[in-house]
Amino acid sequence: MEDKNNDILEEVTGSEYKYGFYTDVEMEQAPKGLTEDTIRFISAKKNEPEFMLDIRLKAFRHWQTLKEPRWAHVQYPPIDYQDIIYFSAPVKKPKLESLNEVDPELLETFEKLGIPLEEQKMLAGVAVDAVMDSVSVATTFRSTLAEKGVIFCSFSEAVREYPELIKKYMGTVVPYTDNFFAALNTAVFSDGSFVFIPKGVKCPLELSTYFRINAANTGQFERTLIVAEEGSYVSYMEGCTAPIRDENQLHAAIVEIIAHKDAEVKYSTVQNWWPGDKEGKGGVYNFVTKRGICEGENSKISWTQVETGSAITWKYPSLILRGDNSTGEFYSVAVTNNHQQADTGTKMIHLGKNTRSTIISKGISAGFSNNSYRGLVKTTRKAENARNFSQCDSLLLGDKCGAHTFPYIEVGNRSSIVEHEATTSKISEDQLFYCLQRGIDMESAIGLIVNGYAKEVLSKLPMEFAVEAQKLLSISLEGSVG
Amino acid sequence: MTTSINTLPLKDRLLSLFYENLPHIKGNATPAANRLREMALAAFERQGFPNPKMENWRFSDISQLLETDFAFDFSNQSRPFNIEKIFTCDVYDLDTFSVTLLNGWFVYKNAPLTRLSNGTIIGSLAKAMEVYPEIVDEYLGKAASAEKSGLVALNTAFIQDGLFIFVPEGVTVEKPIQLINIVDSQVPLLLQPRHMLIAEKGSNVTLVNCDHSLTHNVSFTNTVMEVFAHPEAIVDHYKIQNKGKNSALFTNTFFHLQKKSRVSSNIITLNGGFTRNNLHVTLQETETHADLNGLYLVDRNQHVDNQVFIDHAAQGCFSNQLFKGILDDQARAVFSGKIMVRREAQQTLAYQNNKNLLLTDEAKVNTQPHLEIYADDVKCSHGATVGQLDPEAMFYLRSRGISEKSARQLMMLAFADEVVQKISIEPLRQRIGSMVERRLKGELSICDQCVLHCNDKGPTTFNIDMSKI
Repeated sequence: MEDKNNDILEEVTGSEYKYGFYTDVEMEQAPKGLTEDTIRFISAKKNEPEFMLDIRLKAFRHWQTLKEPRWAHVQYPPIDYQDIIYFSAPVKKPKLESLNEVDPELLETFEKLGIPLEEQKMLAGVAVDAVMDSVSVATTFRSTLAEKGVIFCSFSEAVREYPELIKKYMGTVVPYTDNFFAALNTAVFSDGSFVFIPKGVKCPLELSTYFRINAANTGQFERTLIVAEEGSYVSYMEGCTAPIRDENQLHAAIVEIIAHKDAEVKYSTVQNWWPGDKEGKGGVYNFVTKRGICEGENSKISWTQVETGSAITWKYPSLILRGDNSTGEFYSVAVTNNHQQADTGTKMIHLGKNTRSTIISKGISAGFSNNSYRGLVKTTRKAENARNFSQCDSLLLGDKCGAHTFPYIEVGNRSSIVEHEATTSKISEDQLFYCLQRGIDMESAIGLIVNGYAKEVLSKLPMEFAVEAQKLLSISLEGSVG
Repeated sequence: MTTSINTLPLKDRLLSLFYENLPHIKGNATPAANRLREMALAAFERQGFPNPKMENWRFSDISQLLETDFAFDFSNQSRPFNIEKIFTCDVYDLDTFSVTLLNGWFVYKNAPLTRLSNGTIIGSLAKAMEVYPEIVDEYLGKAASAEKSGLVALNTAFIQDGLFIFVPEGVTVEKPIQLINIVDSQVPLLLQPRHMLIAEKGSNVTLVNCDHSLTHNVSFTNTVMEVFAHPEAIVDHYKIQNKGKNSALFTNTFFHLQKKSRVSSNIITLNGGFTRNNLHVTLQETETHADLNGLYLVDRNQHVDNQVFIDHAAQGCFSNQLFKGILDDQARAVFSGKIMVRREAQQTLAYQNNKNLLLTDEAKVNTQPHLEIYADDVKCSHGATVGQLDPEAMFYLRSRGISEKSARQLMMLAFADEVVQKISIEPLRQRIGSMVERRLKGELSICDQCVLHCNDKGPTTFNIDMSKI
């Protein structure tokens, strides 16, 4: 039994990253290193208005005063911020009339990823804003969305076309002074997505962005801003894969969500950046700041994430529940294998009355990986009748990995109820035995049990993502058993 | 000798006082103890006093306390003293070996060190360093590391006196040993008692540790206790803390467990200005068992902070933590429980639970139940709740004709009782149960046992206001 398990473990740890390939597309790059000139170069390349450059420079000057934080439960060699190319865009033609004009190699990349644009176009209900490295190259379904007044475009386009909205909302949830990586992102962000749902509109499509890191040595600094006006609804999906590369790649994105009165935003992520090889060499550093604010009454924001990739994941999608009766949700499955490290969780800051939040976090560790849940639940004195329920479970596969839980609970009034529970254990021998004696082989049995374990979260994902997420879980973990 | 220089910050004063009073401090201490204190002083100089920028001290700010002009006793004050006259223990019908520390110094009733017929040694640490230097040197500083805590380092540098208990192999100490720590001083006092408990193989001992203050003066007690449980030893430790509103009590207790030993710790905090309990439990060898319980009932501006670190370093060990608290007025409670399961600690069972009742909007709770796990064949769980009395339970009791006030008291008692029931000595459980009950009814104040009849009426009016619940 032991031997067989080891074999299976070998097999799983031996399975190569499926989405590792490199697309040879002509690139236009900024020189290595970070100075005010780099920032001016980026801003000029993107034809940005003056105000944007000012914000970038302010953020850069602030960033220079900051030190890189080191408190997370992760270890990595020091990052040389002067050895990164901060801007790289695929060379593109002025405007793309149809898919035929898209670089065929680029299209091939998407096909390898299993998201050919042609099919995506036909896939009912999904609009794709594909980001190859840093610049949006194709956007679909714009017309359908435009009819409803929904704005869904690349961030740089929004800066040019909707400067008033950008001025009004950018940096209101994650100001550049927030943290080291937020300052860095604000200074050098390349592109990203902007979503604006007008008052009373239920977005007819599930919006989706595929990110890819492509050129060697380029940091990816995405910026997403979602604004949901009164009574609106949107479901936004973000998914990523990255090709195999030897050097570590830095990814420091910012996501900001603003939900006004009665609005609802559902944000789903499947994260599958390249995790590094079996020895822990290479892989993406994923240091992301994600935060939403339930600004108005009865608003609701939910984060759902499936994290299987990245050498290091360090992110806490957080929510500020300011409006009375607002609701926040956080559902997470984080899988780490080999030498991956993840320190992820959420913050729920209850400011308004009768605010509610739910946290369900499932961590799965295998190989030599370390997986931490770190979360804060805070109710202030004015947050009367606030209610939180948190559950974070960890599953350990193998005796060389680690699973950690660091919850912080701060309660500041008597009428709130906060509950936190967590368990850590290995895969149940009983469940395995049951599956095996029913003639299910070890690999399928573990896949079954892990999928069952994560079901509570997977069921929160939109249909398209749920399928991909289940596949990812199986790829990452099949057969791992301690 | 009481010394006080009030111009320098406390840290610098302590450093200079150390050298000025070195002959007094060294006294008849063993050479090993003196070597330890030099290293500890360097560690204290490096770390200093804790501040809120340190992760473990984020919610407990002692900067104001450090501004007090403290006095220090570097030698035992040999004034006539009769403990029974000024203090009677509230757990009076408990038959114990009772020893008393006044301002950190052992109070000699008969002899400073008693050797029972079964070989158990109980008495003053200062005396034990003279009579049994080989035992003291074997254990002193072995469990309490000065490197990670400025307060432990400070205590280690100034080791002078405290309680020393040695229980030989196979001996069961019939009566619980009761240690009464009393602070009685006309000036603000900083004291640093150091305790040691060594339970040899297969022995069994119970220690009841009561902390009281007799004056309303500011005091700063920085205690370090090291407990060594040899294979199959059983140690029960109870701490009852009932201190004045101006007292600051820091306890650092280190348990070191060897194969198949069992330790239980119960901390009952009834009153105290600022109370911080650090429990550091190392499950060094296989099949050890640690049961840690705590109950804190705080009101007004009281601040209680329990920090637990359990280090599962060996296979097949069990640990359980249960900490519960009721907070009234502007009281503040902090709980941080960390379970560390090392790679080799397979078949670990570790549980942790922290429950809090908040009675007002001004009261605050910060709780951090942390798990850090590196082994896979483990069962670990933790839970934390913060809330109010269950309205459905209240409705049930009211529907049975029980008045609202009684129903509330009943439910709070039931809430606290889960911890009280963990106390294994029957008379002690009853006494503590009744103290908790009186405390919740507002009948127990810190002056209850005090016969000083001081004029300060401050803390005597003391009531959990039921109307606020």
